[in-house]
Amino acid sequence: MSTILFLIGFPLLVAIVLLVLKEDRARDVVVKASAAVIAAAAIYFVARNVGSGEEFYVVPHAETIGTVMMAIEVCLALVIIVLGIQKKRYLAPVLSIIQTPLMIWFELKEGHHIDVEYAMYIDRLGMIMVLIVGIVGSLIAVFATGYMKDFQAHQKGKDRRPWFFFLIFLFLAAMFGLVMSNNLIWMYFFWEITSLVSFFMIGYNGLFHKEEEEDKIATRNAFRALVMNLGGGLGFAIGIVLLGMNFETLELSNMILLGQMGQPVFIVAMFLAFAGITKSAQMPFNSWLLGAMVAPTPVSALLHSSTMVKAGVFLILKLAPVLSGNLAGTMVYLVGGITFLMASFAAISQSNAKRVLAYSTVANLGLIVTCGGIGTPAAVWAGTLLLIFHAITKSLLFLCVGTAEHHIGSRDIEDMDGLFDRMPKLAACMLIGIAGMFLAPFGMLISKWATMVTFVDAGNPLLILIICFGSAATAFYWSKWMGKLAAIVANRDNVETTVHGSESFVHVTLTCLVVLVCICFPFVSKTMIVPYLAGKTVFGQTIDKLPLENSNMMVMVIMVAVLVLLFAFFFGRTKKRIVPIYMAGVNQGDNLTFEDSMFQPKPVSLRNWYMESYFGEFKMNVIGVVTTSVVILGFIGMVVGALIGYGGM
Amino acid sequence: MSYITKSPWIIHYDGSSCNGCDIEVLACLTPMYDVERFGIINTGNPKHADVFLVTGSVNEQNKNVVKQIYEQMPEPKVVVAVGICANNGGIFKECYNIQGGVDTVIPVDCYVPGCAARPEAIIDGVVKGLGILAEKREKLRQEQLAAKSGAKAAPQAMPVLDDPAEAKEEEA
Amino acid sequence: MVKMIICVVAYLILAPLIGGLLAGIDRKISARMQGRVGPSILQPFYDVLKLLEKEKITVNRVQDFYIACFFLFVIVTGCMFFAGQSLLMVMFTLTLASVFLIVAAFSSNSPYAQVGAEREMLQMMAYEPMVLIACVGFYMYTGSFDVYDIMETPHMPVVYLCGIFVGFVFILTIKFRKAPFDLSMSHHAHQELVGGLKTEFSGSTLAMVEAAHWYENVFLLGMVFLFFSNGEISGIIVGLVVCLAAYFLEILIGNSFARMKWQVALNSSWLVALILGGCNLFALIFIG
Repeated sequence: MSTILFLIGFPLLVAIVLLVLKEDRARDVVVKASAAVIAAAAIYFVARNVGSGEEFYVVPHAETIGTVMMAIEVCLALVIIVLGIQKKRYLAPVLSIIQTPLMIWFELKEGHHIDVEYAMYIDRLGMIMVLIVGIVGSLIAVFATGYMKDFQAHQKGKDRRPWFFFLIFLFLAAMFGLVMSNNLIWMYFFWEITSLVSFFMIGYNGLFHKEEEEDKIATRNAFRALVMNLGGGLGFAIGIVLLGMNFETLELSNMILLGQMGQPVFIVAMFLAFAGITKSAQMPFNSWLLGAMVAPTPVSALLHSSTMVKAGVFLILKLAPVLSGNLAGTMVYLVGGITFLMASFAAISQSNAKRVLAYSTVANLGLIVTCGGIGTPAAVWAGTLLLIFHAITKSLLFLCVGTAEHHIGSRDIEDMDGLFDRMPKLAACMLIGIAGMFLAPFGMLISKWATMVTFVDAGNPLLILIICFGSAATAFYWSKWMGKLAAIVANRDNVETTVHGSESFVHVTLTCLVVLVCICFPFVSKTMIVPYLAGKTVFGQTIDKLPLENSNMMVMVIMVAVLVLLFAFFFGRTKKRIVPIYMAGVNQGDNLTFEDSMFQPKPVSLRNWYMESYFGEFKMNVIGVVTTSVVILGFIGMVVGALIGYGGM
Repeated sequence: MSYITKSPWIIHYDGSSCNGCDIEVLACLTPMYDVERFGIINTGNPKHADVFLVTGSVNEQNKNVVKQIYEQMPEPKVVVAVGICANNGGIFKECYNIQGGVDTVIPVDCYVPGCAARPEAIIDGVVKGLGILAEKREKLRQEQLAAKSGAKAAPQAMPVLDDPAEAKEEEA
Repeated sequence: MVKMIICVVAYLILAPLIGGLLAGIDRKISARMQGRVGPSILQPFYDVLKLLEKEKITVNRVQDFYIACFFLFVIVTGCMFFAGQSLLMVMFTLTLASVFLIVAAFSSNSPYAQVGAEREMLQMMAYEPMVLIACVGFYMYTGSFDVYDIMETPHMPVVYLCGIFVGFVFILTIKFRKAPFDLSMSHHAHQELVGGLKTEFSGSTLAMVEAAHWYENVFLLGMVFLFFSNGEISGIIVGLVVCLAAYFLEILIGNSFARMKWQVALNSSWLVALILGGCNLFALIFIG
């Protein structure tokens, strides 16, 4: 219990310290030290609890804490209303005005009578999340110390870094709270905090700037993110109200147990899953995550890998046992599947590295959401693996792109050719990250493989087709990026010397983590995921058949090891004579220019395929958004109609 | 035995030919003459080629191209000049823009006369070139062996330039 | 276990022989179809042995490493297949190998090689759905992804997977690098891409690429065989005959078509995967 309090309280404390700390050196020290402490605490916490598995906690003074939370919620609502009116964006205040009174009314009127025994609990899925938030999240914070120095140097106006670091640590605190809450009202509170913090982060360049310095796009995108997440929050609130009024409980674990006993909690689950869908940026809500790219890169890394969107899929995976084989589950897997396909296609047409990463995040989260929607133990197993691998690999890729952007002055993939010469270490990390996203024997592919098997076992041909075509598109956009990076372009200057130590430390650590997790994932599966699935508040039965056989897992692990060794010993060694490339006999000798028919040197420039006419971003978004909207509206409409028909059940 | 004579891959370059010889080179690929029965493939890529087949004379514009294509072919390799223009400039010899035959820029191993050279003559020329190719391969192997056994001062430069004059006699 | 080892060793030794011989037969038959005499059946071996004799040159320090990895993982793919491993794992390893080939071409930063590499990626995207659907089809019919389990099935899978079989043969045209879909590389005279993907490979590197294709082709014919195996001798005979027939069909197709645009390759193979593969999957679920 004390570790839990520490995990939530310590980042909060650090956040407040950082808010008042104006000095660069001191901030660096505080951030790095506290990141180390948080990571250590997360590991300690998991190491201590992994044996017992599920742990429920009675929180003392829960009543008081609840009241404080309510007060904070009211304050936050006021902040949103004031900011919204100031910036003339009224939808967010309206949503806030609807849901905050709804929650207050419910808590004062109904929630009072409902007894919450265990306000917090932790199971192995929660522990995995704690590890991801604690390790990946803190690494991103460390990365930000170096990165934000360069960022500030490019920036006009006041130094807002204290505010930035305050937000990052606040975010970590909120995430710890979120993954360990059992009381849904508490979870809702943390949920809203993450929404608001991400709003401030996305609007970092706009919200509090003077008129002339304001980045209008940042403000607009921040409000878009806020509106969508508040919409999801509204769904969460409705879910809580329904649960409280009809089932007399507010505990997540009880809700799952009720579901196992055959109670129709899936109606509640549908609203909660809706909140998860908005938060994990599934279509039709994917635009907020794409818009979030205006924020500094560590924010993107944080939002995409360890926090925010992972909160969404975490909730959906938690709900998976009550989603299996009902309307709510069908809605969830349809939304996830369509999102996976359309986002994978859209990523092909993108040349902006961060947008490729964003679409890939949306797509992979789509797969996790689909796994949750299918809701079988095997599906949740695959989904959890996806969650782990995605968090590490994606944060690595974002941070690499961020560093590259500051050093080559562009985040466009087309400008990354020859990165292998200009920034060899960074390019190596990036290549491993990309390989980790789509190639055997690395993590994401293993999980996708498992996902595929679960889709087949679920007997859903639509999903099978979706994953077959989506995987093909995925391989295309990653391999063309990989090719661009791997191109050896002669005569480039090495610009890697100016990379901050903290940045390269984080790159290397994350790269090692990517490889390490690939090597020990059978162990992770055995000690964490399989026992989690057997937990009594999850499926309550041991999983009989994993989607992947043990022998297959071992082959993959061996392949990772072989690849690592091959690269370590043989890469870049040749005894052959190195000759210029073929350019129809008019290579000028430098491989970069050729002689034209007027004897003039002409530079060569090579560009990738984007296939705009097939996979244009706009087209893919329209198709995805329309179909998913129809699915969501249709299914929720059906349930609401049924509720009204039965006179409120 | 060297396999190089069993699988000579050709790159064909048209210098400033009137296209007469080029048509005849292509005729070699047709069912009538079918050079593929000798394992000959027209690759169009110097890095894959063993035989450099040049038609037409070399002019100011393409002399560097001819040189570069030759340089980009891995050893061992032979050059076959097809047609009288490639041999010595032919009827274009005195033109303001013509440098002369192929041997003014790169060493030529085999000369095929004719205007235009007949397909039989071209095939003959290539087959003759194969003999030289085998010799060169043997020389290369000797050098590699010498280099491997640590024998000092094995000459670094691979190509052994044939004396054009000598080669011309051969042709006659 | 013994069976597994025998199969793998046999594959390692025989595949290049069979693959090379098939390539030789291909060239001979193609020549005859065009009214030519054609080269010796052993010509592909001569070619590769000759390439090994050539001077060792490369365009950068890393390309040969990538090609070696390509070669290695193509062989690993085949070994896994003949060792009876999971079909999906086999296919994912093949993708890994293909990506090594693509990266090798990209690494040269040569215009022709890069266009070839882009087209190779496109071809990969075109055939991948059908390949995956084929694996899923086998699983749905036999209940296992493992090759040996599939081979022991009492009835020929092709009966239930006829749509998938036709679709698979369709994308074999891409995998065998036959017209109309030989977009990324070709040794035919004066194609617009010089050597395409393999423009910058020469000597022993090119020899490795060729040999890898022999291994790959034998493995692909193994996939075709799988559609007909029923654990009995009759299945083996029918399977082998169909393999040869499929190979002949691809030669015929290759000689009857001109090269087409990449759009045709992508559209047609996705359409085939969607219609034949998709309908077959729906039918399998319907049958149960």
